[in-house]
Amino acid sequence: MYRTTDILTNTPNTSLGEAGYMVINVGPQHPATHGVLHLVITLSGETIINVEPHLGYIHRSIEKMCESLTYRQFIYTTSRMDYLSSHINNHCCALSVEKGLQIEIPDRAKYIRIILDELTRLASHQLWWGAMAMDIGAITPFFYAFREREMINDIMEETCGARLTMNYMVPGGVMYDLHPNFQKKVKEFIAFFKSKINEYDEILTGNIIFQNRMKGVGIISKEDAISYGCTGPTARGSGVSCDVRKLYPYEIYSSIEFDEIINNGCDSFARYEVRMQEMKQSLKIIEQLIDNIPEGDFQAKTKTVLKLPKGEFYTRVETARGEFGVYIVSEGGTTPYRIKFRSPGLSNLSALNHMAKGNKIGDLVAIMGSIDLVIPDIDR
Amino acid sequence: MNENETITQPEIFPGVVHPTAGGGILVSSIDDVVNWARSNSLWPLVFGTSCCAIEMMSTASAKYDWSRFGFEVARATPRQADVIIIAGTIVNKMAPVLKRLYDQMADPKWVIAMGACATSGGPFFYNTYSVVKGADHVIPVDVYIAGCPPRPEALLHALITLQQKIKSGLTREQIRSGV
Amino acid sequence: MTNEELKLFLSEKFPSLIIEEGNEWLTYYTEANEWKLLANELCSNISLQFNFLFCLTCIDWKTHLTMVYHLTSTTFKHTVVIKSKLNKENLEIETVCNIWRTAEFHEREVYDLFGVKFLNHPDLRRLLLTDDWKGHPLLKDYEDPINMIKL
Repeated sequence: MYRTTDILTNTPNTSLGEAGYMVINVGPQHPATHGVLHLVITLSGETIINVEPHLGYIHRSIEKMCESLTYRQFIYTTSRMDYLSSHINNHCCALSVEKGLQIEIPDRAKYIRIILDELTRLASHQLWWGAMAMDIGAITPFFYAFREREMINDIMEETCGARLTMNYMVPGGVMYDLHPNFQKKVKEFIAFFKSKINEYDEILTGNIIFQNRMKGVGIISKEDAISYGCTGPTARGSGVSCDVRKLYPYEIYSSIEFDEIINNGCDSFARYEVRMQEMKQSLKIIEQLIDNIPEGDFQAKTKTVLKLPKGEFYTRVETARGEFGVYIVSEGGTTPYRIKFRSPGLSNLSALNHMAKGNKIGDLVAIMGSIDLVIPDIDR
Repeated sequence: MNENETITQPEIFPGVVHPTAGGGILVSSIDDVVNWARSNSLWPLVFGTSCCAIEMMSTASAKYDWSRFGFEVARATPRQADVIIIAGTIVNKMAPVLKRLYDQMADPKWVIAMGACATSGGPFFYNTYSVVKGADHVIPVDVYIAGCPPRPEALLHALITLQQKIKSGLTREQIRSGV
Repeated sequence: MTNEELKLFLSEKFPSLIIEEGNEWLTYYTEANEWKLLANELCSNISLQFNFLFCLTCIDWKTHLTMVYHLTSTTFKHTVVIKSKLNKENLEIETVCNIWRTAEFHEREVYDLFGVKFLNHPDLRRLLLTDDWKGHPLLKDYEDPINMIKL
């Protein structure tokens, strides 16, 4: 019943008994892997020769399951895939169904969706910051990050009903109207967080130990990042301009003022800096929108049973980790014929081997923290 | 052990047993003290597979602190842990790993199944080929928590229930048969 | 390049490509044995430069399988979709790992879930399921009465 150590015989990149090489396992149960990721690392002393991820420990067969769910039902599965950007994933699914049915959603719904998206992005980056610092050894930022994250969770819970996996987006708009306290609470949060983000920089960004651990570690060049299919802050830290909100704007992003953060550092510290600046940009977007939410309907009228016409549709959004895509192939029925979720994590993870070669094993944790992996997103 | 039970000796037992007056009370008091100590310092194992792990992390952090109840030290190695909180879905590939972790824990050990996925497969029950429909197909579970994901207060309630279960000193079979 | 210019360019260079109408991006069908040449040309040609493969998947149409590749260019910002039909008896196609490194994991996933063999892949093994899993689950005729509980 126990899996025998077939790992040593299945690594084609090393030959057994080669002088000085040692093969060790990290995970699947490990505090620093952010989920169930099994890495088989070949080491020569403390230097990494090869990192091979073994996936599938949380493969919940979502794509097969979605073939038997209707177009209103399959949205909840994406909440559970990348659970830290659950609103953004749901948003993508709702957009794809609306694209197929060619529904126009009311402006109020668009504003609400974008504000919740950016709050989710903030919450995800806060948790990333706390968890990455904890992995590297600094335990205190974890509690600071969760203090802020709990404020966002409270706002979400009042409006959407849940703290983590909110199924608030539906094809046609959002499920309920905003809570009357929403605007006031968001404004309080923005005022509070603006002072805290400088605190984050004081604690961690300027810390000389942290900088020594992150600078020069995990380098990936611009061409390699594109070839590996990296998106999101992982690619923007290497100079690739790939923000879906700027390149293929959806909803009202084309009329909002914000910057795309690109950093040419190519190492872990550059990716860290990109995410810190992205938090500031998210605050800027929310500030522009929170006072101007138009009145009106929060949901467009749609039929009870949704049937997409025959064809295929690809929709993409920018989650906290990169580009998330939903590819629906429909045969005209009430359930999709085939759904493929293009997850940002799988492409970002495939660059891990390239980034980690030649570094020490202690740097592997810093690299994984800077890529910001969420394993259920990779395994689906 | 009840104080009123008489001790019967097997034939090959060497020597004679003198029942001491009040001896049973002493042993059961020690049992109570030991159970109290065990329940108030349970060390959980860091085992989160998916979304419920984030709510577990929230429970560990400052707002819904679980170290008030004694769960301060979350160990990464099963050799030093008392309770395993299964937070997340168990799939076919992960089940042998879970069994191995459970076997590596030293007695006495307890299991909490957190969330709908660990209780029964949850939202992934129908039409999936790779999900184990409930963690109790793999290891015996003491406390089940409902929710997807359950609120941190629900997890705290489950931890307190587990503490009460340990203090009662009954085994799993005794509780099931209604003692 | 706009869609019209792309159409002209590609129909000159590769007259054997068949267009599929009705999608938001330019979609072409190609033969499985010509895929490698086409891929090389799409990536290395100066005026095309499709260097970003953002979605690689497979669809099971019960009589045949279709491989779908979504490509875009980060310099010119144009997008094209290439599809390739595979017969059920001969599920083989050339790999594109040496052109776009992201294909390594995605092709392993397609092999795992559909059974398509990629020729000259450096490391073709199952990715998401256990090594001793029988069958390929995302095919439409996959039966698993023990695990799959039908609603």
